Amino acid sequence: MIADDQNRGASDPVDGEVLAVDGVSVALGGRQILDGVTFTVAAGEFTGLIGSNGAGKTTLLRVILGLQAPGAGQVRLGGRARGWRNRSIGYVPQKVLLDPDMPMRARDLVGLGLDGHRFGMPVPSAKRKALVDEMLSAVDAQRFADARVGALSGGEQQRVLIAHALICRPRLLLLDEPLANLDLRSGQEIIALLHRIAVAHRIAVLLSAHEMNTLLPVMDRVVYLADGRAAAGTTAQVIRTDVLSDLYGHPVEVLHVNGRILVVAGDADPGATHHDHSASGPGVHIG
Amino acid sequence: MHWLFEPGFFSSQPVRTAFVIGGVVAVVSAVVGVFTVLRGQSFAGHALTDVSTAGGSAAFLLGISPLLGFVGFGLLGAGTIDAIGTQRVKGRDLATGIVLGAATGLAALLLYYDTTNSATTGATQTILFGSIFTIDPSTIPIVIAFSVIAIGIIAVLYRPLLLASTSAELAAARGVPVRLVGLGFMAALAVAVGLSALAIGAILSTALLIGPAATALRLTNRTGVALIIAAVIGVAATWVGVLLAYDSYYWGSSRNGYPVSFFIVALAFVAYLASGLPVVRIVTNRRAEGRRVL
Repeated sequence: MIADDQNRGASDPVDGEVLAVDGVSVALGGRQILDGVTFTVAAGEFTGLIGSNGAGKTTLLRVILGLQAPGAGQVRLGGRARGWRNRSIGYVPQKVLLDPDMPMRARDLVGLGLDGHRFGMPVPSAKRKALVDEMLSAVDAQRFADARVGALSGGEQQRVLIAHALICRPRLLLLDEPLANLDLRSGQEIIALLHRIAVAHRIAVLLSAHEMNTLLPVMDRVVYLADGRAAAGTTAQVIRTDVLSDLYGHPVEVLHVNGRILVVAGDADPGATHHDHSASGPGVHIG
Repeated sequence: MHWLFEPGFFSSQPVRTAFVIGGVVAVVSAVVGVFTVLRGQSFAGHALTDVSTAGGSAAFLLGISPLLGFVGFGLLGAGTIDAIGTQRVKGRDLATGIVLGAATGLAALLLYYDTTNSATTGATQTILFGSIFTIDPSTIPIVIAFSVIAIGIIAVLYRPLLLASTSAELAAARGVPVRLVGLGFMAALAVAVGLSALAIGAILSTALLIGPAATALRLTNRTGVALIIAAVIGVAATWVGVLLAYDSYYWGSSRNGYPVSFFIVALAFVAYLASGLPVVRIVTNRRAEGRRVL
């Protein structure tokens, strides 16, 4: 349905690599935002980009999108260096504020995902409408398809934005903190929806969040960002006391509590107290 | 019908010119106005009216058509606002405010010269509050040409403009040149304000730009329908305004009449208030809800 199998496969490397971030570094205003970030994402994989505020998550997504040029390193999409514009990526930005007074239905915003970059007025056609309806049902948004998009709840808007990003049949879907303004239940529903889409249509999902526990049931891989540096792999490979201590550059401890993972400032030096690290490091970081 | 149309209404050349120019200008103002309100750029629209005032006064001094002054200065003002900075909403307001202040100061100087040179206050009255009945019919082709340009810009930019107005970030990710699209819109806005200034006066042109658009946005969920409703309201307010102003010469015994701009602006305002009436709200909300359930 969403997967365009004819275009896919032929140009893909054998392992189905959709995205490769290779040694990407970015410095903005004399500050090192990203430092040699390296990881790959394969088709159909769900990857969580985890890090606290200011860790460089948004900058990394902007580099992948081509909105920010890296100082060093490169980004490859489907095995090729990324071009100037690349529509094989769907993107849901952070904190999209949709004006409640805007006369635009949810289905109009989804349609703009298809041809919003083209000049001229939209030409209504049965094909366009069918495609929009297909996307709306893929994200379970048909109930409010004709409602004003700005008047929808946060979770409903998130679904519409996902449909907007998916309608051009991307191979990679990037979402910047999509759970930030959602209640827990809406957040879980969005995650389940994204997982379903990733599996059913072989779309790679890369989602940034500062909290990883909501993602644990569906996350195939994790990219953990701290102070611009990244550790990537499966949850079991990355979310470990030794790996994260190395990443942060000072001791942290990974605790498993009732199926949840907590990353807290560690005590390799038993005399040290937690608040010593709270300013520069992870502090008590539920994630 | 004689109680409605006073004698000579249909045979009057100024009335016919006013109908044509007023109608065309109302459509342009409504279409550009909908996007102005969507983009939250009403303040920029207002600033451009002040820039137009300066332009109109300069044109009067030079003895050329005020429309050229309105539009020429408007485009210059739009470019200046963009050059100072429109990337952040706050920066945009700041740039707009600076240009607005400078333009109003220049208008004060030019209007002073207009008045002292011609030894009449007519120039100030015409530029600020318009006089649609005194427009030379030879202006009609220029008005139509400018209208085609403004509507043309909106038609060409329609989808990227709509996406960028929804979210600049979404548009940028789609590969839309957001800044260029914004600059193109500002050009259309400058032309629309200039046209509106000719019809109902520079100071009042915001009313024709924002009023019908704001009314339409209350009444529909669809952008295309909002454009049509705004155009209908704008044209109706203008035409009925022209009629009432003509008739008002026969009201009472003074035979002075009321200015047409007053009627147009008042009608646009009444339409806006009416769109907020409980009965209208209930009808439109029910329609929206009905669609939502389906």
